[in-house]
Amino acid sequence: MNLFEILLFLFLILCAVSVSFSKNLLNSILIYMSFSLVMSIIWLCLESPDLAITEAAVGAGVTSILFFVTLKKIRAMKEERKDESK
Amino acid sequence: MSQNKNRFMNWLNGESDTFSDSMEMKPQKEYEEEESTVRERMRERQQIYDRVYDVNGNKELIFLRMFYRVMAVVFCVLFVSLLIVTVSWLPPTGSEDNPVNNEVSKRYIEQGMEETGAVNIVSGMILTYRAFDTFGETNVLFIATCCVMILLMIDDAALKKQQVDNDRRYEPKNDVILQKIAFVLCPVIFIFGIYIVLNGQISPGGGFSGGAVIGAGLILYVSAFGFKKASRFFNELIYKIAKITALCMYGLIGTYFYITGANGIENHIPLGIPGHILSGGIILPINICVGLEVACTMYAFYALFRKGGF
Repeated sequence: MNLFEILLFLFLILCAVSVSFSKNLLNSILIYMSFSLVMSIIWLCLESPDLAITEAAVGAGVTSILFFVTLKKIRAMKEERKDESK
Repeated sequence: MSQNKNRFMNWLNGESDTFSDSMEMKPQKEYEEEESTVRERMRERQQIYDRVYDVNGNKELIFLRMFYRVMAVVFCVLFVSLLIVTVSWLPPTGSEDNPVNNEVSKRYIEQGMEETGAVNIVSGMILTYRAFDTFGETNVLFIATCCVMILLMIDDAALKKQQVDNDRRYEPKNDVILQKIAFVLCPVIFIFGIYIVLNGQISPGGGFSGGAVIGAGLILYVSAFGFKKASRFFNELIYKIAKITALCMYGLIGTYFYITGANGIENHIPLGIPGHILSGGIILPINICVGLEVACTMYAFYALFRKGGF
């Protein structure tokens, strides 16, 4: 395991811990997105490029977008709304 | 009689009051509560509140809170130790005696290319040897979309219009940056997705990855240009046709392959030369079916979440 992979794994652990400590839901989703992106690079390092493609498209792309839309549906993006009304 | 009826109708319509002269009327007075009753009522209410919401004095509640905390810690420690014990029992990575290294994977690796005509062993494995499992997964996607449709689909036209209006209220209608980037990126994403689907038997990828990429591209297009433009090439009818045709085609191809191809019986699907784009027998058509299915599912999820329809 080289230095690059160790760095990626450390970042992964950091992301996983910080998601549960973040108070803002929007921040949580952004952290989750970066988690998926790093995970897809790790899949590439572990020599499974097909999983990397799927992870990047589904994990970082579609799932996060669905989370965003859900947040909007339940009116959880408060700060953005404040800016709009000003 | 007619006068009576008239009077009745008049009363019914509220034009005259029949009892206005014949009955003694007392003007209505607004009810005013006395000061003492108000105080009494508030005191009783406060007492009830104090009893119910007495968080710090309620012994049962204190005990339960402590119990929850202790149990949470105990459960976490138990769960973690269980996982660690399980991991310690796993065979070492890369050892030759591992149960993974049996005759099944050996056959996949040694004769997979010859038997399935696919250079990409993973694709050959999941779409020919284990095509039945993958069919189940594709059905899971179909059922998931059906469930989301049941939960989120809006049939009422007025409600739907309101939902559409609500949807675009808090965002810019024509974001120039997003539109320009989507204008450049969308074709590239679509072509890359189609490439992944069609090259499933040669290079890494396959139906699911390619379909996800195409679906993500569709979502980017919709969020940049809106549903109106997207509905020119992708509406509910096309969605239904594509999804159901893909699933049925997969079922038919899989059934044909399993009925004719199992146990060395001759089947009439040519394997082709490994490495060519038209090779791999049933892998290419099945990949296309899975790709269509997955792309439709991704887009449908997004559209249903956004505005409850297509």
